[in-house]
Amino acid sequence: MRPAASRSRAGGRVSAERAARLRRRRAQPHGALVELIDVGRTFGSDPPVVALDGVTLELQRGSSVAIVGPSGSGKSTLMNVLGCLDRPSSGTYRFDGIDVGTLSDDERAALRSHRIGFVFQSFNLLGHRTVLENVMLAEVYRGVAREGRAARALEALRQVGMEHRADFFPPKLSGGEQQRVAIARALMGDHSLLLCDEPTGNLDSVNTEALLALFDQLGEAGLTLVTVTHEEQVAAHADRRVRMIDGRLDEEQA
Amino acid sequence: MKRRAPRGFRGAGPDLLRRRMGARDLMAEATAGLLARPARLALTVLGTVIGVGALVATLGLSKTAGNQIVGRFDAVSATDVVVSPSVRGGGAGGAVLPWDAEARLRRLNGVVAAGTLADVDVRGALVRSVPINDPLGTGAVPLPMKAASPGLFRAVRAQLAAGRSFDAGHSQRADRVLVLGPNAALRLGIDRVDHQPAVFVGDRLYAVVGLLADVRRQVSLRGAAIMPEGTARREFGLRAPALAQIETRLGAVRLISHQAPQALSPRDPRLLKVAAPPDPALLKRAVAEDLDALFLLLGGVSLLVGAIGIANVTLVSVLERVGEIGLRRSLGAGRRHIAAQFLLESTGMGLAGGLIGASVGTLVIVAVSASNTWTPVLDPWVPLGAPLLGAVIGLVSGTYPALRAASLEPVDALRAGT
Repeated sequence: MRPAASRSRAGGRVSAERAARLRRRRAQPHGALVELIDVGRTFGSDPPVVALDGVTLELQRGSSVAIVGPSGSGKSTLMNVLGCLDRPSSGTYRFDGIDVGTLSDDERAALRSHRIGFVFQSFNLLGHRTVLENVMLAEVYRGVAREGRAARALEALRQVGMEHRADFFPPKLSGGEQQRVAIARALMGDHSLLLCDEPTGNLDSVNTEALLALFDQLGEAGLTLVTVTHEEQVAAHADRRVRMIDGRLDEEQA
Repeated sequence: MKRRAPRGFRGAGPDLLRRRMGARDLMAEATAGLLARPARLALTVLGTVIGVGALVATLGLSKTAGNQIVGRFDAVSATDVVVSPSVRGGGAGGAVLPWDAEARLRRLNGVVAAGTLADVDVRGALVRSVPINDPLGTGAVPLPMKAASPGLFRAVRAQLAAGRSFDAGHSQRADRVLVLGPNAALRLGIDRVDHQPAVFVGDRLYAVVGLLADVRRQVSLRGAAIMPEGTARREFGLRAPALAQIETRLGAVRLISHQAPQALSPRDPRLLKVAAPPDPALLKRAVAEDLDALFLLLGGVSLLVGAIGIANVTLVSVLERVGEIGLRRSLGAGRRHIAAQFLLESTGMGLAGGLIGASVGTLVIVAVSASNTWTPVLDPWVPLGAPLLGAVIGLVSGTYPALRAASLEPVDALRAGT
């Protein structure tokens, strides 16, 4: 990962004022990026389904955490809340000091666009667009200038070692390659948080190994990594692991 | 700069701006979304193509055919205007038309030829072709006598069989000359003028200067003897022309019908009445209306079907692309971005259908016209407005699917899509 100065240049139209503020924020080494305080999430009302029940979690910048647990334990809900795709029903979620619960739909979308990257088990690449276009998609909703977008996307592809596949269509790539492209898309810009939902679910062991190495690299560059996984190998790789059971979160020793 | 301040995040982080998606980005995404499924795009657009094509072809063909009917509509009667005194103006005997009516009418733009005509009361005088006073009277016949201005011959499209018609000089000098209609000439036994025939009207001798072969208007001239107006005034005390015959340029009938009474009787145009053929434009419209109703209904129905097709396919596309919608939301797309993209896609489909439909419709008009050797006629707003109509249809039919897409929760969308 490049130094902060070069990464925030990717913001294009973003004001110098804002860039300065971002730099200041990164300079605080011990500030928590993510703070979940007694967060609950229930669905429906008759009877209500409790997906999250009093979850408290604090993630430092540059740390990584693996979330494990059986299906239906609330892992996906937790990811959605963390990714600002969903709002907690109760409790407080602060992302980088911003109380997400008070944000409108649109504002959460802006937050996602600028700060949070997603990686999915099924890659979610658009099959009819080239690899490069798929990565460029990350900037479409960010309101930044088009100039240099391809160059920035190529740079993101280079970070995951996929620049030689820029003109390919995703269905022509192997699963590992597709996941790398998805990560490149999630990396484009100046993201602070990378949320991975079963990132290795569709990968073989060799590709899994390579992906974990890539995660290490990203962590060293200051990215906060949250991974939902079933795989012991992946979970063991994280700094911390937490287990979800019936919507409750338990710290686990590695 | 102004819009930024209140648009920031509430609470701790006022630094993230509300972003705007570039129009070019939106267009690019919508285009890519459309082109991802070319076969489906083509089939969906087909409905609109047929609808718009049918509308354009219908409008064009009915106009073309209507024009054709008017074109065939006898050019003689389509350019025929007759002005005569109205009931108010004293009817047939009214002295409203001026002697210089011909000159006044010729000054109007759109008049090809004009002349005046009147019946001359010869007080029972018979016409004889031979200077013999035959007591049995077999050589003397009663002939209707007419007085005409020199321009009348052109205005009635008279063809001469022999000799010449009289001119302004004859009229001014009140020369005793006659032009005979074909039937009158037959009755008098005159078939040539090179031996300078003369006839008696009562006891006055008139030189026959010309014989008419035929007239296309004022057919009573066929059986009549025609003298110059000036002669009729002096010899028989003619008070005024009875009617003014006008030949207009094609298409000028309406204009001239309106202007002629004012030119001839500026003080009170209502003293004159105008006889003109039915307005070609009205006739055309009547013809077109019959043709239109059915085909417009057909075009409308196929447009409706096309619209439903677009709505359907866009809806299916939304359901199919739930995963993509989720992804876009996760990348920071707001609901309005998702709605805008699907709206743009459906509008694009409608626009494409409208464009192709307008082209196909125009080609149909040209092809049908060519095979019938007609002149294709099309209102310019039809091919220009048709793509717009298509776009509007696309926009309207895309509204519901777009709203569906926008209302998807990103969580659900991602879950369904993965």
